[in-house]
Amino acid sequence: MSSKIKILVPIKRVIDAALKPRINKTHTGVESKGVKYSINPFDDIAVEEACKMRKNHKDLVEAIHAVSIGPGKAKEVLRTALAKGADTSTLVDVGEEEVEPLVVSKILKSFVEREGSNLVVLGKQAIDDDSNQVGQMLAGLLGWSQATNAAKITIGKDGIVEVEREIDGGVEVVKAPLPMVISTDLRLNEPKFVTLPKMMKAKKKPLEVVKPADLNIEISKRLETVSLEEPAPRKAGVMVNNVDELISKLKELKAL
Amino acid sequence: SHTLALLETSGSKVTPSSLSALTAAKEIKKPITALLLGPDAASAAPSVAELEGIEKVLVQSDERYEHYLPEQVAPLVVSLIKGENDKVKDVSSFVVAASAMGKGVIPRAAAVLDVQPISDVIKVIDPNTFVRPTYAGNAILTVKTADKIVMTSVRGSAFPATEEKSASAAPIEEIAPIDADCKTTWVSEQLMKSDKPDLSSAKIVVSGGRALKDKEHFDSLLNPLATKLGAAIGASRAAVDDGYCDNSLQVGQTGKIIAPDLYIAIGISGAIQHLAGMKDSKVIVAINKDEESPIFKIADVGLVGDLFTIVPELTEKL
Repeated sequence: MSSKIKILVPIKRVIDAALKPRINKTHTGVESKGVKYSINPFDDIAVEEACKMRKNHKDLVEAIHAVSIGPGKAKEVLRTALAKGADTSTLVDVGEEEVEPLVVSKILKSFVEREGSNLVVLGKQAIDDDSNQVGQMLAGLLGWSQATNAAKITIGKDGIVEVEREIDGGVEVVKAPLPMVISTDLRLNEPKFVTLPKMMKAKKKPLEVVKPADLNIEISKRLETVSLEEPAPRKAGVMVNNVDELISKLKELKAL
Repeated sequence: SHTLALLETSGSKVTPSSLSALTAAKEIKKPITALLLGPDAASAAPSVAELEGIEKVLVQSDERYEHYLPEQVAPLVVSLIKGENDKVKDVSSFVVAASAMGKGVIPRAAAVLDVQPISDVIKVIDPNTFVRPTYAGNAILTVKTADKIVMTSVRGSAFPATEEKSASAAPIEEIAPIDADCKTTWVSEQLMKSDKPDLSSAKIVVSGGRALKDKEHFDSLLNPLATKLGAAIGASRAAVDDGYCDNSLQVGQTGKIIAPDLYIAIGISGAIQHLAGMKDSKVIVAINKDEESPIFKIADVGLVGDLFTIVPELTEKL
């Protein structure tokens, strides 16, 4: 390949996947106080994959830059990414503001241009708003190839990237030359835990903090939250003692 | 103002999730232009033209659209929404199923149009206001968009499929393809072959978890039960991770999100992300040896016991 690979890995700080969020009293969002936050699991897979690419193609991957858009505390997820192997990182400090995928994509586009990235690897969706949009939007803004829901990524000698994607009824394989945007699915890899010595070392790696205004990007909203509610609870069920009771209950419920 | 609905075809038929998306499109209450793409489009068009609510059917059969590469489809959608084609004017709403295809195409097109799309709509309140689940379905969000063009993907399980016919068939018109700057090549696909109904649209789903122990037990216990019930087979993430079955059978936040009439969870504990994929099922049955399993909290009928004896007995007695 003529040019080296410069990877941009966007990561989001989200309420930990194991927690069930509580809706706030004003029904405008979820409670954030006293809640454990973690790196979005799909973004963790993206960081892992970027580091794996460098390990497998030492002479090819020139840089891995991690970006997070969030509050000051999102520095924690960037430090995790640095500990895993990212070289440099940026926090776009937006305070407590929720930033919509379209704006996120515009911010990321500015980093692609600034860093000279030719490959973006990111999670297919954030497990808080579940939008599954940013990768595709960024690819659209850049006019790049996109491969979402990646289950396997192979960088060929010819510089062509082949991606096995999870689709509704199975898998599909697509290929494209760089530049491209790849979003990660669950089974792409299994992220390793970060060791304490690596976390300590990562403190010396660059973590820059910028404001959206520094990037000349305005955080505007297109979507207004009308309300946020708990889903309607299901009616209490019954416990049965054996298969015969199960079958008669299902007939009673007209489910059989 | 008009609604443009991109309907996905499989063979000469429109997919069930696209027919559900069409039902959502009708609730937006504007005249609907259906868009069909790829080599199957022309053969699927007559059946679409008969459906209630369709004003016009646009067809583009070029093979570049065969696999719905977003790099090909999004530019065509953008061009139609911008009004660059005389066959459809004044598009203010765009609707597509939240399938792998829809999820790939809609954000790409929306970004180019400077629109913030709304994913996974489960309810249409008015042409600008929609309900969608967030946090794995633990929070139900109602949002109102300020965008002039409203782009939504629709969760199939939340709407019935449109089957009603209208009195007269809508006109079918061919449109020109767009020369997109697409460097992506489709290489191959491996679709799971099954004699069972499709998981996304099945009325009954039999789903297995890690407690089935291995692939042999997963198959030997679930297959006969599913066959007897005419059910599709699903699985928890744990079962998929352990290789009991194909990835495409995973039910959950990041797998299939389904709402069958009957969901039978066998040896599934009920992690948050699994519940996100099935908790809107009409009747949920849980069979698990651990009575503390969270799955029992949302089950309509629960049976605590050894699935290795319960499932064969259930299969025999049905």
